[in-house]
Amino acid sequence: MQKRFDGGPEIKRWLAGAMVFIVLAFVGSSADPYFISLMTIVLLFTFLGQSWNLMLGIGGQLSIGHALFVGLGAYSVGVLYVKYGISPWIGLFLGMIIAGSVGAALAWLSFRFEVRGIYFALLTIAAAEFARIMFSGWEFVGAMQGLFFPAPTGAIEFSMLRGGARFYYFVALALAALGIIGTELISRSYLGYVWRAMRDDEPAARALGVRTFRHKILVISVSAAAAAAGGGVLGLVQGSIFPDSIMGMGLSVDVLIGPVVGGLGTTFGPLIGSLAAIPLNHLMSAIGDNLRIPGLNNIAYGIVLILVVWFLPDGIWPAIVRLCKAIQAPSRLWLPHLRKAEE
Amino acid sequence: MTALLEVKNLSRSFGGLVAVKDVNFTLEAGRITALIGPNGAGKTTCFNLVAGSLSPTSGQVFFEGRQIDSTPPEIVCRMGIARTFQIVRPMRDMSVLENAMVGAFSWTKSVKEAKSKAYESLESVGLAGKATARTDQLTLPDRKMLETAKALSTRPKLLLLDEVMAGLRPTEAAGVVRVLQTLAEGGLTILLVEHVMRIVMEVASNVVVLHHGAKIAEGSPAEVVADQKVLDSYLGAGFHA
Amino acid sequence: MLSLWLNVLASGILLGLVYGLVALGLTIIFGVMRVVNFAHGEMVVFGVYIGYWAVRLWDAPIIVAAAIAAVVMFFFGYLLEALIVKRFVNRPHHYQFIVFIGLSLLFSGVLLVAFGPDPRPSASLLSFRTVSLGFVTLDLARLQAAITAGVLIALLGVYLRFSSLGRALRAAADNRLGGLVVGLNIPRVYAVTFGIGAACAGVAGALISPLFDAQPYLAVDFTLLAFVTVIVGGLGSFSGALLGGLVIGVAEAIAALMFTPSMKTALPYALLIIILIFRPRGFFGAKEI
Repeated sequence: MQKRFDGGPEIKRWLAGAMVFIVLAFVGSSADPYFISLMTIVLLFTFLGQSWNLMLGIGGQLSIGHALFVGLGAYSVGVLYVKYGISPWIGLFLGMIIAGSVGAALAWLSFRFEVRGIYFALLTIAAAEFARIMFSGWEFVGAMQGLFFPAPTGAIEFSMLRGGARFYYFVALALAALGIIGTELISRSYLGYVWRAMRDDEPAARALGVRTFRHKILVISVSAAAAAAGGGVLGLVQGSIFPDSIMGMGLSVDVLIGPVVGGLGTTFGPLIGSLAAIPLNHLMSAIGDNLRIPGLNNIAYGIVLILVVWFLPDGIWPAIVRLCKAIQAPSRLWLPHLRKAEE
Repeated sequence: MTALLEVKNLSRSFGGLVAVKDVNFTLEAGRITALIGPNGAGKTTCFNLVAGSLSPTSGQVFFEGRQIDSTPPEIVCRMGIARTFQIVRPMRDMSVLENAMVGAFSWTKSVKEAKSKAYESLESVGLAGKATARTDQLTLPDRKMLETAKALSTRPKLLLLDEVMAGLRPTEAAGVVRVLQTLAEGGLTILLVEHVMRIVMEVASNVVVLHHGAKIAEGSPAEVVADQKVLDSYLGAGFHA
Repeated sequence: MLSLWLNVLASGILLGLVYGLVALGLTIIFGVMRVVNFAHGEMVVFGVYIGYWAVRLWDAPIIVAAAIAAVVMFFFGYLLEALIVKRFVNRPHHYQFIVFIGLSLLFSGVLLVAFGPDPRPSASLLSFRTVSLGFVTLDLARLQAAITAGVLIALLGVYLRFSSLGRALRAAADNRLGGLVVGLNIPRVYAVTFGIGAACAGVAGALISPLFDAQPYLAVDFTLLAFVTVIVGGLGSFSGALLGGLVIGVAEAIAALMFTPSMKTALPYALLIIILIFRPRGFFGAKEI
């Protein structure tokens, strides 16, 4: 799993992070509409990736059915807003509660007999698929026809979380920032230590007093709630919600590809990974559409996943960090007091 | 002196194999007791039964008067019993200090307190200088001491050490002995599972000998070493002291 | 009424035998290598396409298509293991899962590119013929698939039990380190195991190609179906795979009768959730993963 190095000492990291977000904020106010909508998706999947990353990279629990939680969030927002005109803020809140509870229930079911992680992973897939099929047949949520949000008028209604493309870009940016700050804070809190111990060696952690059963449930439901929040916004951004897309395996893969490629367990990994993977996906889909060959994006994702796990299992971000350190290393030879400080 | 730990008629079978048979002993607070016996005698099983990673087939374990057999390991730890593992299990992606902090979270939620307790634990085993090192940079004796430090961070009343001397050279082992003696002087009760007789003689005030799952002798090191039954079990019948 | 139920039951049992073959492939791979082949469904679909093309190009009988699938998929699996999978055998579970997800994406992408997303109904003459046995009327295609699958399962069982390679597989499954110590060529054992697993999937696919339209999107359903079957029977258990297949086959058939068709697809997942709630080890499962 990932080493806990995201870069150098404290201040440097917060500064670097702040700089990245300032740049991204600039992007939001200037660039062209297609680019903005692409980056909105990148940022949303960064946030979704953060939620998945929390569960696996820090908590050590693998889920391949995260679409379940994303979908529950999307549908909560969608149903409340489209059918009852209730503000998406309420929908988000409700979605988080529902998803958190479902996640906790799944976790409880899987772990109470002390069965291993693979069963939980399979259970997440089964639950996601089951939900997808159920929602496909459920008239109340629109069944296969899905739910459609009214077209955006461009005017910003903050209390109803409605606005144009630029508005949603900044919402997504805020979410991504929240995700990164949240992950950092959790990492440094007692939860971070206890969860990582649980991830690295569960029996040893238990012998040290960690109540792994409840912590597994906790990390899974926090992750699920976060995913639901992302899902709610995703629904708003896309303007429509279909069970096949918002609860399908494809979405689960889209969620995990960012953190896996970028760096499992790291704070910036999901951002870097999404920046790499999402545009690639769009590019491949576009090429495929142009050439009338569907499936190119599948092949691209498949190859990327295999190559990353094979050659850069830590992900791109730690590799970049290592590279930077290596480049700095020769100068360290000159300055022994710097080298001492490193140790 | 009241018994801190009491093991009563403890038995454990694995299918047809009887690993521990009707074992009885008590541990007085503040003393170092060694659990010895030839290979396969049931020491580690006994150990795991006390630590909560195994449940007995019959019999009970009492800690401070409360029955603790079949209690999950994390609860046993919170009651005051900490253990190390024979095959060391550092948390690989956390630094030495972070490893030592985990145990502290069994009694506090404050990261600051955990850090300071972790430093304390590392100090008492002599690892304070390597706090920021990664665990894969540690030597074997250091890893063993890290195991002990991790356990100490839980503020245990009873420390269970599983073959902490295994694989150590005499000088390294001597260092560990000093650490244990200091800890015991500080009031910690220690139960050691050990193979190395010389260490046992030096460090333990009480020795319990197991053979084929049953207790065959108990007493001070000198008494036990002179006991014919013990000699027979280790060396084969017919060897005289 | 009774006759309807008997028909449904019979057709469920027949398909269940084929599911058992699919599950067997998965459980052998898991049992020996402790690896979860998440791309198993894609291998089944490869078999379905092999069946489709064998009929379309050479008008071959399904049995021949199945034989071709067996050989092709065995080598495919063997090579896949030797070149890629083997590098992940000793890595933590989640890396394995992700590699296999990558492989499954790759395979379904290739299928999409090669054959397009549209379902291709089999041109096999078997597709619509039926045969009557007393009270029941059976699809000839199902009957043939079931008999072939059953025979193959039996042969595989015999092979695993009595041949030297079979014993090597079972030894490796039991204790990898011990196997290495006594001189088993573990890398080769693993490659063969994967080949056998892939072959099982491929043959099953070819056998059912008259019944299902060939399309890449079937793969996910098959993968999950295989998992449900294996878990119901118990991960790593030979007889469990067979029993699981029958249970799922019959359950599916009954569900199709009692509920709407879309509920039918939900059934395996509902079953999986129920099994994981009440008896995660399945009927014959190993105690530990």
